[in-house]
Amino acid sequence: MKRSSIKLLVLYIALISLSVVFLMPFLWMVTTALKGSEDEIFTYPPDIIPKSFHFENFKRVWELYPWLTFLNNTLIIAVLSTVGVVISSSMAAFAFAVLRFRGRDKLFILVISTMMIPYYTTLIPQYILFAKLGWIDTLKPLWVPAFFGSAYFIFLLRQFFKSIPVELYEAARIDGASIFQTFYKIYFPLARPAVITVIILHFMAAWSDFFGPLIYLQSEEKYTLVLGLNSFRGMYYTSWHYLMAATIMVVTPMIVVFLIGQKKIIGGITISGMKS
Amino acid sequence: MRTRTTSLRRKEEIAGYLFILPWIIGFAVFTAGPIAFSFFLSFHEWNIFNKMKWIGLKNYARLFSDPLFYQSLKVTLEYTVIAVPLSLITGLALALLLYPKVKGTSVFRTIFYTPSVLPMVATATLWIWIYNPQYGILNYLLSKIGIKGPDWLYSTEWVVPAIAFMGVWTVGPNMIIYLAGLEDVPQVYWDAAKVDGANWWQRFRYVTLPLLSPTTFFLLVTNTIGALQAFTQAYVMGGGGQGFGAPANASLFYCLYLYQQGWSWFNMGYASAMSWILTLIIFTLTMVIFRTSRSWVFYERG
Repeated sequence: MKRSSIKLLVLYIALISLSVVFLMPFLWMVTTALKGSEDEIFTYPPDIIPKSFHFENFKRVWELYPWLTFLNNTLIIAVLSTVGVVISSSMAAFAFAVLRFRGRDKLFILVISTMMIPYYTTLIPQYILFAKLGWIDTLKPLWVPAFFGSAYFIFLLRQFFKSIPVELYEAARIDGASIFQTFYKIYFPLARPAVITVIILHFMAAWSDFFGPLIYLQSEEKYTLVLGLNSFRGMYYTSWHYLMAATIMVVTPMIVVFLIGQKKIIGGITISGMKS
Repeated sequence: MRTRTTSLRRKEEIAGYLFILPWIIGFAVFTAGPIAFSFFLSFHEWNIFNKMKWIGLKNYARLFSDPLFYQSLKVTLEYTVIAVPLSLITGLALALLLYPKVKGTSVFRTIFYTPSVLPMVATATLWIWIYNPQYGILNYLLSKIGIKGPDWLYSTEWVVPAIAFMGVWTVGPNMIIYLAGLEDVPQVYWDAAKVDGANWWQRFRYVTLPLLSPTTFFLLVTNTIGALQAFTQAYVMGGGGQGFGAPANASLFYCLYLYQQGWSWFNMGYASAMSWILTLIIFTLTMVIFRTSRSWVFYERG
């Protein structure tokens, strides 16, 4: 064998064995979810493949908890906050990238530096603010702030707007388009690839958020899926077949979104690393 | 003509401020205001419902004599020291394997990244079951190679390392950022090293690693900041899900203790003081990394 083909073989062996390691938890999750009873779960050695497949576990889990309500709440938060973050961040990004105004670059440095502030520094006063507004146990604290922009997405979209030649802006203005028209008729449509990245990344973050829902939501009918899963775990903590079935229900939409939007997600992550 | 240009410039100026107005309001209401208020609050005793009471530095004094504060600090630092290097090394290793564009690379990349898209609560729930000492798959697989696995999440000694090890499964973002870093390295450097007779290790140690140092620096800073603020995995997994800090406060992460002070007991002043200490720690560590970076981070264009 040639040296290069031996190298290739070693590489493939490494990649395949690591893939097995990375996929093992998924396999364990799925096989546990399909097991028939706790007797089948608490056995040693564990059965990697179940004795029989119990797909009805999913139906049972669905009936045990109001998942549809949780899904509904999650979607309300995810959709509204995504809309908010796209509008506010793209507008700010456009201004920082294209428009000329005094203090622009200093303000942009301020935007960037807010990314360095630990989450917990602002958390308590924010909680108190929402408590004073009477927003505790409502979904509002989880989506209203998105309408005021996100530093990370402002940064991401600004990078994109910067890549558009400034002549385009000048041409549009000379042709009589207002600044706002230039933004939403020309720049925003041009930024579609970056906007889609923002939508996917933000949607996934909103879907997965735990801390926010944990402190702001109290009654079960306000729970998000992730909060519901956590509460379900507390209730059925030994029924691992149900727990794994519920976990699968919560993660599947994220995996689907990832598989569809993979390129965008990886592109977005790459940009975040380019600050280095 | 001159007045026209000035008025155009003026319009642009006004539009600029209008476009960033939502962010400015958000910055004032959700960032700057809260920072100031949190600082103010840290000198008070307050449970939201009663009247705020000025107590000077007492919250800080209490903190420094609170054994749970030191415990939570110890737990979080232990976690950070294990999790950050582990996630950086794993991320880099996976990136190096994916860098040669062989057939199927994109499939492997998808496989390695997928775990990172699961909500943390789901990942943590799954890993409680994986880590189950008697019936979990991990100890079963370890027994196959002759290792008797520990009690993991139920052991005061292993609970923090176990939570940190789980992070290896979710290194997707690190892997992707390292991969982007690798792709920025001009091929000529490796070729030149090869011509000079450098072997695989020498090329990695003296070419790849220095050229990737800006990426390593970025990931070191962001991962450290993230690790110091770890919450969800500790909340869900401690003692296999038995509650705060189980077993015996061995998994009482800093932010878990902060949450407990703030939302279980409504000691908002105390929790604010805790958040300031955390901010100070994060700031100091970041500064230390920045300072030392001069000696180990190399930028291509001097």
